[in-house]
Amino acid sequence: MASELKLTFPITDLDALRDLRAGQKLRVDGHVLGIRDATHIAMFDRGERPQMELRGAALIHTAPNVRKVGEGRYEKVCIGTTTSARMNRFTRGLLEQYGVRAIIGKGGLLADSLPVLSEFGGVYLAITGGAAALETTQIEEIEDVEFEELMPECLWKFRVRDFGPLTVAMDSHGHSLYEDVTAKARDKLAELVARF
Amino acid sequence: MTRDAVYDAVEEAAKETYVRALKVLPPDLKAALAHARETEIDETGKGFLDIMLENVAVAERETNLVCQDTGTVVFWLEVGEDCPLNLARVTAAMKAGTEQATLEHSLRPNAVHPITRKNTMTNTGRHLPAMHYEFVPGDDELAADALRIHCLPKGSGCENMSFLRMLIPADGVAGVKRFILECLVEAGPKPCPPTIVGVGLGGTADLCAALAKKAVLRPLGTHNDDPVVAALEDELFAAANELGIGPMGLGGHNTVLGVHVEWAHTHITQNPVAVNLQCWAARRSSAVVTPEGEVTYGF
Repeated sequence: MASELKLTFPITDLDALRDLRAGQKLRVDGHVLGIRDATHIAMFDRGERPQMELRGAALIHTAPNVRKVGEGRYEKVCIGTTTSARMNRFTRGLLEQYGVRAIIGKGGLLADSLPVLSEFGGVYLAITGGAAALETTQIEEIEDVEFEELMPECLWKFRVRDFGPLTVAMDSHGHSLYEDVTAKARDKLAELVARF
Repeated sequence: MTRDAVYDAVEEAAKETYVRALKVLPPDLKAALAHARETEIDETGKGFLDIMLENVAVAERETNLVCQDTGTVVFWLEVGEDCPLNLARVTAAMKAGTEQATLEHSLRPNAVHPITRKNTMTNTGRHLPAMHYEFVPGDDELAADALRIHCLPKGSGCENMSFLRMLIPADGVAGVKRFILECLVEAGPKPCPPTIVGVGLGGTADLCAALAKKAVLRPLGTHNDDPVVAALEDELFAAANELGIGPMGLGGHNTVLGVHVEWAHTHITQNPVAVNLQCWAARRSSAVVTPEGEVTYGF
């Protein structure tokens, strides 16, 4: 088992993640930006550009439980991670137009995101889905929010410490751990069906 | 207790079961997760199961939600055959309780219009919460004049992995088994495995889908009371855990925590099968409400 790395986001060198390989475990300090279905649709299908800087960012697929404490200010209640496959068609736009380099989620992006990760030096980092209570303890503060009209599917800026553990599940060398598992499962399925 | 007060008790029970379900997982599920950790052979899978177990403990310690997805609220009601309550008023009380829970506990609002995508901000709306009623004779656990509320806040990651196939007689039982395993491979990592596999078998398309949801509600370790169906559950459980999908779909032995089948008689030309997956964070809770307005909570 590979040892656990620590990375800080946003990264300044956009090629810094090219050394990461599928299977590597890591934790994150700094900032991660929460984003979800409606946020992507606003940004790419309606062309609404956020003010927040996404260059070198790590995104996380989430819509949190929050408590409003003032104008544009929110406290965390429970923050966890949603299924990434629904956001798959926005991978290129995020990496090419906005300079995003890491996407944190669960369940993986689809295979057609792999060449995009390779082209731009991006990675997909798998978190434990459903483990939101724990994840919430690793988020220190909600520092900023945009697209409030999409509540709860806003663009959120979270300050995090020791965020993880995360697993590099899709790297910039064309390797997806999900593809490995699915290929084996399909073979096993054929074998089981032959037995019935 | 006045006639109105009992509906206040139902409303309170709806609110409480929703919040309780989100925060404390049932003992049978916690035992199944611990057992999965003991039997897991894959290192990555062990790591995910460790985090899942840690998360369950953190949620209880901090009285926080287990998962951020507060779900689509589903209530399954067992109505004792002598229950005198007005079910229209019960339905209204369940909706009011869901709204109260959402607003008072700052629960994430998930209910949107399917075309405009406008959020109601209350986790209720047209036909929501989803309500199912079943009329049952009384027994040792549920008096014939009482009502049992089961609350199932259904997360979208697993609910999106729902399937229905109208199989035909010539497909046989082999076709049923094949379809269910195909669903698990198709779902792969997305429903947060290890999952509980709820299967509806027989009936019509709508009944079959509802039975799959009912199957998800059953505690782990229980079997269908029909031995032929129970044997199918065991066979599918063993087969599913040969697929190697594993915790969070990144490999391992534990792909499913259980396979539950609920069935209905069906048409001579049909053999419908519905699959409703439930994530590892399988939240459910229940309450029994008596006509006197006494409420007892459980899982």
